[in-house]
Amino acid sequence: MKQRILCAGFGGQGALLIGKLVVTAGMIEGKHVTWLPSYGPEMRGGTANVMAVISDKPVGSPIFTRIDTLVALNQPSLDKFLPQVVEGGMVLFNSDLCDKGASKNGICIVGIPLNKFGEQVGDIKASNMVALGALIELTGCVENKTVQDDLKHMLEKKNPTLLARNLEALEIGRKFVVESAQ
Amino acid sequence: MGEKILMKGNEAVAEAAIRAGCRHYFAYPITPQNELIEYMAKRMPQVGGTCLQAESEVAAINMVLGAAACGVRAMTSSSSPGISLKQEGISYIAACRLPAVIINVQRGGPGLGNIAPMQCDYFQATRGGGHGDYYTPVLAPSSVQEFADMAPEAFDLAEKYLTPVLIFADGLLGQMMEPVTFEDDYGPQSDKSGWSLGCRKGRKNNHIINSLFIDPYVLKEKTEELFKVYDTIVKNEIRYEYYNVDANPKILVVAFGTVARVVKTAIDELKDQGLEVGLVRPITLWPFPYKAVKEAAKKVEKVITVELNMGQMEQDVRLAVGDTCPTQVIGKAGGVVFTPMEVISMLKENLA
Repeated sequence: MKQRILCAGFGGQGALLIGKLVVTAGMIEGKHVTWLPSYGPEMRGGTANVMAVISDKPVGSPIFTRIDTLVALNQPSLDKFLPQVVEGGMVLFNSDLCDKGASKNGICIVGIPLNKFGEQVGDIKASNMVALGALIELTGCVENKTVQDDLKHMLEKKNPTLLARNLEALEIGRKFVVESAQ
Repeated sequence: MGEKILMKGNEAVAEAAIRAGCRHYFAYPITPQNELIEYMAKRMPQVGGTCLQAESEVAAINMVLGAAACGVRAMTSSSSPGISLKQEGISYIAACRLPAVIINVQRGGPGLGNIAPMQCDYFQATRGGGHGDYYTPVLAPSSVQEFADMAPEAFDLAEKYLTPVLIFADGLLGQMMEPVTFEDDYGPQSDKSGWSLGCRKGRKNNHIINSLFIDPYVLKEKTEELFKVYDTIVKNEIRYEYYNVDANPKILVVAFGTVARVVKTAIDELKDQGLEVGLVRPITLWPFPYKAVKEAAKKVEKVITVELNMGQMEQDVRLAVGDTCPTQVIGKAGGVVFTPMEVISMLKENLA
């Protein structure tokens, strides 16, 4: 198993954190992982992306130009990276910020209203957690429970309210994918 | 062994240095190594150490000289332009026969260049770097774990041979996160009475740390002593990795650091297509594994050096290969890192 995930969006949307939480879960499950941010002089409002690899074998190149799963939090990210998604790959995009949507043959494309769901749990900043829940359900690259436990480990004592909101957002994302698959 | 932690290369090497007993760190900020100084600023006070942001790179390296002279494990880090500024001090440390560790998280050059990962300081790193007749051992990591492991290793080498040691990474390794584990105990610092100030009693037996030798015959003797040490380093400390060299490859690639990782992925994918390519990854860039490259080159049709510059290590590879077979360099400037697909297509052109 080797899953190359690219998460991209505006700076501040939490694309890098999605990648970090996925590879952390992968590491906890004993897989080989790398996390490589685009670290140019990015700033809030600019674009940011991260290349995450989860694999059964040691990861050679942390850089890739063929994407197994793309998480696009805005339209520019979707436009830029969609051509790099491999056949049989998957795309998860934020339908609230991608008016044009996306289409490409041989790829599973899921549009999800991340902003709306984020606001639904009480904070638009949680929309990246909705995307994370959907990503895990869509790819199965890590267990949902591993991510939940990791979040609990991080936030249980520090900020229980934030933890509850994140877990709820995660669940909304997961459910959305389950239901849209039916 | 502790548990696995997900860390950036810059943070991992800082943590490993602290665990190896480094309590004196002096630096001046520069991207893409800023996480290193940031981590030190947070961690050093917790362990009773000193992290000092110097007024300049020149000040930082001279603080390292001073601390090393007092017998402690001292370190500094920077990125390409900052390392250039430190060269005067590195030359002094080499001449003073003091142990110190310097980390270069390389960025694009020449000039101020950019903050993208490059390997364009190869000549500077492997040929001493500063003025005068000297070398520094150069360790080139290829993963976050190796980057971290090289901190204790660099201190050990520095104290064994009384020389500054350079850890030679790049922006990608500094910024990338990978799981890393640390040893609980990296072992104590070696006996410092041979090189540190204040370890000898009596006026007759005093130890003077100096790099100024006005009498040419004295300087000649000192330099020859230095080169005897370098001979021993060349004899004992060459490190490299062979990858797929036993598979009877037609082509041999020589690559180090970040690029070696990309090449490994390319080699694996070519293997699936029935094409065999071997790799020699130099882990020490000085001393360079000439024999290992020459040995591996005997069985191939061509040796290709892949590096993130316009062709610097290529010169060492040519020295190693000689007339054994043709050589070629695939270099790239600007800090645009090779992708596996790119390397695959370039290697395929040569395999056809």
